[in-house]
Amino acid sequence: MSGLRVRLFAGARDAVGATEVELDLPAGATVADLLDRLRADHPAAADLISACRVAVEREFAEAGAALPPGAEVALIPPVSGG
Amino acid sequence: MERLLTGPIEMEALAARVADPGAGAIVTFAGVTRNETDGREVVSLGYEAYPEMAEEKLAEIEAEALRRFPVRAVAVLHRLATLDVGEVSVGIAVSAAHRPAAFEACRFVIERIKHDVPIWKREIFADGTESWVHPGEC
Repeated sequence: MSGLRVRLFAGARDAVGATEVELDLPAGATVADLLDRLRADHPAAADLISACRVAVEREFAEAGAALPPGAEVALIPPVSGG
Repeated sequence: MERLLTGPIEMEALAARVADPGAGAIVTFAGVTRNETDGREVVSLGYEAYPEMAEEKLAEIEAEALRRFPVRAVAVLHRLATLDVGEVSVGIAVSAAHRPAAFEACRFVIERIKHDVPIWKREIFADGTESWVHPGEC
């Protein structure tokens, strides 16, 4: 789909250099496809991206999960709150 | 009730929020900024969040603790700011009729926070360097 916006946080934000990226992905693209694309676009951050989870509508999503058009998507690096 | 704040966490006020006449036990946990990591001196920790999701996850964790354990009330606060050594980053208070459940539920809550809430800390070292803490990153 066109114009998928992915919010970036913490180390991912620093590595990519932006708080958000906008991507065009094929229809039916999954969370795994998104991570592949992010690694391809930002190879220096590939290890960190591989360690990230993806949240869709503020819920952690599995690798095979769909990315609905217009959904709120975020890249969640390993957390360190508490 | 918002669970994320920028100002100091008052642990006594948090405990007072969960108090009730049927609770014989109130257990609190405070996560406090420590002065070192792996032998390196830390001067402060900077906390950031994906706030919309962090609020939801903290609320879910409170609700899950109330379901899993015979406790009466659970309250969590997490601070988003740059904290000096000794300052409280997270406060948890749990009340229960009896102490075993209060201790267990409090432990449960902090462990869940540390795994599933989108909050991150950045370590600021005495030598001036900084780095994000991303456990398990290659």
